[in-house]
Amino acid sequence: MLDVDGLWKVFGPRAAAQVGTELSSAELKRRTGCVAAVRDVSFTVAPGEVFVVMGLSGSGKSTLVRCLTRLIEPTAGTVRLDGEDLGTASPARLRELRRHRMAMVFQQFGLLPHRSVLDNVAFGLEIRGTARAERHDHARQVIELVGLSGFEESLPEQLSGGMQQRVGLARALAVDPEVMLFDEPFSALDPLIRREMQNEVIRLHRVVGKTMVFITHDLNEALRLGDRILLMRDGAAVQLGTPDEVVGAPADDHVRDFVADVPREQVLTLRWIMRPAGPSDALDGPSLPPETVIRDAVHTVLSADRPVRVESDGSLLGVVTAAEVLETIA
Amino acid sequence: MTAAVALRRLARPRRAWFVAAVLGAGLLAWPLLRGRDTLPLGGAELAGAHRFLNGAFEAVDASRNSNPVFLYGFNYLRLLLDTSTTFVQGLISQPAYGRPAPVLGWLGVTALATAVAWLAGNLRVALLACLGFVSFGLLGLWTEAMDTLALTLTAVFYSLLAGIPIGVAAGLRERVHRAITPVLDFMQTMPTFVYLAPLTLVFLIGPASATIATMIYAVPPVIRLTAHGIREIRPAALESGISLGATPAQLLTKVRLPLALPMIVVGINQTLMAALAMVTVAALIDAPGLGESVLQALESLDVGTAAAAGLAIVIMAVVLDRTTTAASVRRPRRRPWWLVTAVLAAAGIGAYLSFIYVWASTFPQAANFGPYVRRAVDAADAWLLDSAGGVTDLVRDRMTAWLLNPFQTLLTDAPWWWIATVAVAVALFGLGVRAAVLVGAGVAGLLVLGLWQDSMVTLAATVVATALTALVGVVAGVWMGRSSRADGTIRPVLDAAQTLPPFVYLVPVVGLFGATRFTGILAAVIFAIPVTTKLVAEGIRGVRASAVEASGAAGATAWQTIIKVQLPLARASVTLAVGQGLIYVLSMVVVGGLVGAGALGYQVVAGFSQHELRGKGLAAGLAIVVLGIVLDRIMRAAASRAGAQRA
Repeated sequence: MLDVDGLWKVFGPRAAAQVGTELSSAELKRRTGCVAAVRDVSFTVAPGEVFVVMGLSGSGKSTLVRCLTRLIEPTAGTVRLDGEDLGTASPARLRELRRHRMAMVFQQFGLLPHRSVLDNVAFGLEIRGTARAERHDHARQVIELVGLSGFEESLPEQLSGGMQQRVGLARALAVDPEVMLFDEPFSALDPLIRREMQNEVIRLHRVVGKTMVFITHDLNEALRLGDRILLMRDGAAVQLGTPDEVVGAPADDHVRDFVADVPREQVLTLRWIMRPAGPSDALDGPSLPPETVIRDAVHTVLSADRPVRVESDGSLLGVVTAAEVLETIA
Repeated sequence: MTAAVALRRLARPRRAWFVAAVLGAGLLAWPLLRGRDTLPLGGAELAGAHRFLNGAFEAVDASRNSNPVFLYGFNYLRLLLDTSTTFVQGLISQPAYGRPAPVLGWLGVTALATAVAWLAGNLRVALLACLGFVSFGLLGLWTEAMDTLALTLTAVFYSLLAGIPIGVAAGLRERVHRAITPVLDFMQTMPTFVYLAPLTLVFLIGPASATIATMIYAVPPVIRLTAHGIREIRPAALESGISLGATPAQLLTKVRLPLALPMIVVGINQTLMAALAMVTVAALIDAPGLGESVLQALESLDVGTAAAAGLAIVIMAVVLDRTTTAASVRRPRRRPWWLVTAVLAAAGIGAYLSFIYVWASTFPQAANFGPYVRRAVDAADAWLLDSAGGVTDLVRDRMTAWLLNPFQTLLTDAPWWWIATVAVAVALFGLGVRAAVLVGAGVAGLLVLGLWQDSMVTLAATVVATALTALVGVVAGVWMGRSSRADGTIRPVLDAAQTLPPFVYLVPVVGLFGATRFTGILAAVIFAIPVTTKLVAEGIRGVRASAVEASGAAGATAWQTIIKVQLPLARASVTLAVGQGLIYVLSMVVVGGLVGAGALGYQVVAGFSQHELRGKGLAAGLAIVVLGIVLDRIMRAAASRAGAQRA
């Protein structure tokens, strides 16, 4: 669906010459005055996947997502959408792609304060040249989908932050894109609202099944939403994996520190804590698949008086006992 | 030059001592040199430069109908502007199109103005507009007010036509922005009277010159604020447009312009107010309207008439200001269509009536209270002078005798080379080589322009006025900066004062003090106080709160805090404030010339009215510019030095 290969973005004088540099950020800044915001990042997003890019502020994740739709021109590397190279697309072709195939949701919402909710949601369709009646019809449907019915004629400033971001979400959905790009969409919201909006995204993803690229600095958000997570630091990719891989097998000490406070039993599956069955293990206990999250297996494991077998397609992968579960939780 | 640099380096630690020594030596030498080489020039005398400029005027006059620049450029521009102004005048103020009266009479104009104020603003400003327009008629100044309005609207129309696109371009392109900023600075700081004379030369006396002079003064705000509005749009709004595939044109019309609109309206407001101020001043080159009434009344010291016309100007300024300010506030609710239709229909009926019937066209003579107002003002003025005249005379005479006269004598009775030497030396030791070169160039400029002694009189008045402005401005500004209640009380007054055309200030001052040099100075001080006070207040408020707290915690009294902490830390702003005050004072010098301030201002005014003094008037205007540039640059250098010392 979306292929990113060897992507670089360097800001500063003679940026192109710095592509491929091995210098650290501080060293690069000192010697050349350049900042490498994205360094040699490659990944592929599968259709229908929620792909999360996660990193602290300054890690280059916002620059990365802007490079995907060329709001920022990449310095080097390619971005392909269904095999079509965005980097060589003409301005007209690029507009065409933006109008029909990709849409973005912004941290600061990016709503137009002088337009009603309805006209904000219909904005993308208006840009495309859709007739007024048709775009309003369609916008009303999308407004209903995001739960804003009744607010069509309100102005953005009359809505709460969470509702404003629903408008931003609806605006992106209204153009029916194949890929939705989220740039820290919920960072500006209160924790409770943020959680509600995350659920909304999960729900919408189930309903509309879009491919999503989601930028966040919030690890819990990344773990909740992501099918896969790309961890970035200083512009470079540190680790790419599923949530349980990131928590269970951190790529380095930095990532390990980072995930140290994550409640492991909520993310890790039995695959991560099972041990090979020994000769002393009784193998007639209950059986669970390896994808079971530990939290969901606690009851079974602790109430069984013998090891739980972890089986996939009838073959025994290992066993889990109360000892392993308790070690994870404690 | 290297010697001078070395000297400066040596002098640096003891700069103040050197300055004091130069001034002291100069003052000691003054009695010995008094009366030599003072370069006086009689009222009707002409210097070489003036004859040269007269010749240039003649040459331009002669080539008006033969030179292609005139034939294919200026003359067409003049025709366009003349026609436009006459067209608007024909609509609202002057008989036109074979009619004995303008197309729209008082009822129609009032109804339309009220409707526009309601549509653009709200019910309150609509009521204000209605009362304001009726009051023009009640004051017996309907035609004059409409002439002023016609000139203002024409100038604003063309200002917006040119200014908004330029502002958009400057908002989009950094290079354009950088290119026009110094031009706008120049347009705004140059005293308006200076370009009146050259404009009449090119565009003749008449509406075209008045319109262009008004545009030069009025167009910068709308350009600046449009550019500012476009530049300040949050990137998220732009990115959302781009990410949805908007073309550059769509981005401009659907995102940039709508989001910048409130700021553009603020710019339109400022342009409108500036245009109104300038249109009244353009009375100096025969622009018709309220300004002309004030000017004529001032020249004959008819305070009552001047006050009535001044009042009408104030009313018009308030109506235009409130309406455009109300228009800049975004309303969440739309009005029902039937109400809008009804209001427009009512305005249309009013306009139709005023087109057909005399009673709705010409303001009824029976309702003309103008004479009563004039007589009442005259009576009040007489009473005030009777009862408080002793005080005002005392203030005026003491200030003149103790402050103004000695200083003026010091400058006018000294040899020019003595003043030049002292000034250059003080600049050299106080501010460095560049300042000294600038002062030297300024002296040379004044000498070439042939108006040395007049320049010294104006310089003395300017310095005294600036000192008074600084005194009041610093006291009021410190008060505002320290107390938000004082700020809340004083600021609206200052805002209101800044929207008024400068002529208006003269009226009460003339009423109280008569036509003297002191009157001109006082009017200039009143004109300059608002800007100075605001800048000082800003500087005081900009002082870090922790520094003020620390001072209080150390047991300092309020006075000690002001003197030892707030003023020193705000030094750069205070210097800037005084510099701005100086520019404002200088721009009032010519207006002061109308009421007895004499010197350069008088020469400029005389140049407008007397053919053979045109060259001298222009030279006087240029001398004001020279004084302005030199004084402004010196203040700036002092300000940046103050800033450097603070850092």
